[in-house]
Amino acid sequence: MAEFTLKLRRYDPESGEPAYWDEHTVDLEPHRSVLEAILQARALHDGSIGIRCSCRAAICGSCGVRVNGKPGLACHTHLDKAQRGAPDGVIEVEPMGNMPVIKDLIVDMDAVHWKKIQQVTPWLAAKQPVPEREYLVEHEAMVDVTQSMACIQCGACVSDCLSMEVDPDFVGPAALAKAYRFVGDPRDARTKSRLQELADDPHGIYDCTHCFKCIDACPKGVAPMSQIMRLRRRAGSDCHIEDPNNGERHERAFVSLVRDFGLLNEAELLPRSYGGDSALAKFKPAAAKELASSLPAIAKALLRRKVTPSTALRPHKLPASDLKAIKHIYDTVEGRAERVELNLYISGRDEDLL
Amino acid sequence: MKVAYWPGCVSRGFTPELHGSMAKIAPLLDIELVELDRGACCGAGVIAEHNQELADTLNARTFALAQQVDGAALMMNICSTCQGAQSECQERLDANAEYRAHVNATLAGEGLVYEQGLSNKNLLWLLVEEIGLDALRSRVTRPLTDLRVGPFYGCYIVRPTDRLDIDEDRPRDSYLSLVIEALGGTVIDYAGSHKCCGFPIITMNKEASLTQAGRHLGDAADAEADCVVTPCPLCHLNLDLQQPLAEKVVGRELNMPVLHLPQLVGLALGLAPSELGLQRHVVKPKSVIDWSTSVVAQVGGSAGA
Repeated sequence: MAEFTLKLRRYDPESGEPAYWDEHTVDLEPHRSVLEAILQARALHDGSIGIRCSCRAAICGSCGVRVNGKPGLACHTHLDKAQRGAPDGVIEVEPMGNMPVIKDLIVDMDAVHWKKIQQVTPWLAAKQPVPEREYLVEHEAMVDVTQSMACIQCGACVSDCLSMEVDPDFVGPAALAKAYRFVGDPRDARTKSRLQELADDPHGIYDCTHCFKCIDACPKGVAPMSQIMRLRRRAGSDCHIEDPNNGERHERAFVSLVRDFGLLNEAELLPRSYGGDSALAKFKPAAAKELASSLPAIAKALLRRKVTPSTALRPHKLPASDLKAIKHIYDTVEGRAERVELNLYISGRDEDLL
Repeated sequence: MKVAYWPGCVSRGFTPELHGSMAKIAPLLDIELVELDRGACCGAGVIAEHNQELADTLNARTFALAQQVDGAALMMNICSTCQGAQSECQERLDANAEYRAHVNATLAGEGLVYEQGLSNKNLLWLLVEEIGLDALRSRVTRPLTDLRVGPFYGCYIVRPTDRLDIDEDRPRDSYLSLVIEALGGTVIDYAGSHKCCGFPIITMNKEASLTQAGRHLGDAADAEADCVVTPCPLCHLNLDLQQPLAEKVVGRELNMPVLHLPQLVGLALGLAPSELGLQRHVVKPKSVIDWSTSVVAQVGGSAGA
């Protein structure tokens, strides 16, 4: 047995009092969980501590909290590890972020997480005609969606989503991972319309800022951001859905600029993201409007010689022989009958198979 | 130390002062830069979003070119986004021999082959892990005394922690603080240091993107930082180039200078702000230049006395 000190974030919105920190010391074996420590503190010191839990085995997803600032399951976090990660040896436990607090460590999952899950039609729209017995599908197609099926709806990814922090309307990592679970399912009849809705929505797939927070947060290896990138790939590259949020245009412009120049040409990327993938994009109304709204920044950049007219108009470019090699790579890879994708979650690593 | 040097695209485009300042500090740190001037853009996650194999193959080609540099200890980059995007591709290439062979087959026409296990480190990692904080400290000629610096990492160099080998023994997500301290500066803790600058969605949701940039810079200002420092030129674009627009979105004056990592190192190694291209920033780094002038004056004064 060893002593561990917990610092719990306490808050009761109904009390009218501000949130405060509350410290308790518990006696437990180091391999026991932070959840067990909280429950011991509640049983022995203060019965009013609010925590939601059920299975205590990292499967029900009820006890999502932040331990030392990082989201996760309280039942899946060992005390000794949590103590090592605490700056002064005191384990800090707070409620998850991006969701309103009901009491202490309990957040309102209905108000945010479940509302967003409902937004993506989280059930299978069966392809017609429904077969008399089971649907026959490719094994690989079902393996592909197993990663998103591993989600236990704990909300850890929602808690730390940096897009949601500034745009609470963002559909968010958990719901988008759920969306891929059906988009990737060959039995679903709504693939294209699901993608269309998520691409058109200003708070949909193109609102993810690529911060990887959800990948680190997930206790089940779902990697929601990777599922969002799959949704973008299916929407843009497979279904050629042009969205009003510049998502697909930005991707297409980026990919073709690197093919043509070998390097990213920033001065062209911006107008093409708004006006379409052509050197004339800057003269399109959408691009011109955007360039005009960015004038204060552009003017200062030119004034300070951060950007010169010559760097803006004559972009850097790889030598011709290298551009030929790059084009060969593009032709070979994009010419394949089927896109090759390696998902390490499914394939594993060579060393794991030894 | 000889390194295969990957400058990335933005340091040769919209942030030329980054590439320039790296060239200035390299000889002062005994780093020999062999520039990989034939490699393609890392894809910044966008090419991978379009076609994973395409991004993996373009980066495998860059890795193969790096492995051809005779006597290079490793590949070094100066961009958090390159670090993250390339690490993601390398993770797949290193994990699976069959996939690696498949990708190498596309490179075979050029006689290039990527061999598993390249070491690719951002300047930040190289400073701590290869040069060492003590050695760095010993080279400081003008300690950043009284300069209050807020670290700003960029997402791609701190997450996902597994892929980037970040753990208790290798706290790469606190290296900026260690470097600022080694250079004699004061580290400013603020809420946004490890958050997203917003750049990846600047063309999709400009308001959210600029809110991110403005909020983090505001937090740094509230913590009384003189400047922030970043190892990522894409963060620099949103934090510096877009700062006038971010100010409008968050409705407050920010005036927060944003330095590239080699610029901060260069100041401590005795280089003048103008040699490091600080005059090229959209937000005039007045606080940093004032600091630098006062330090030079003090040194001049004590030398005279």
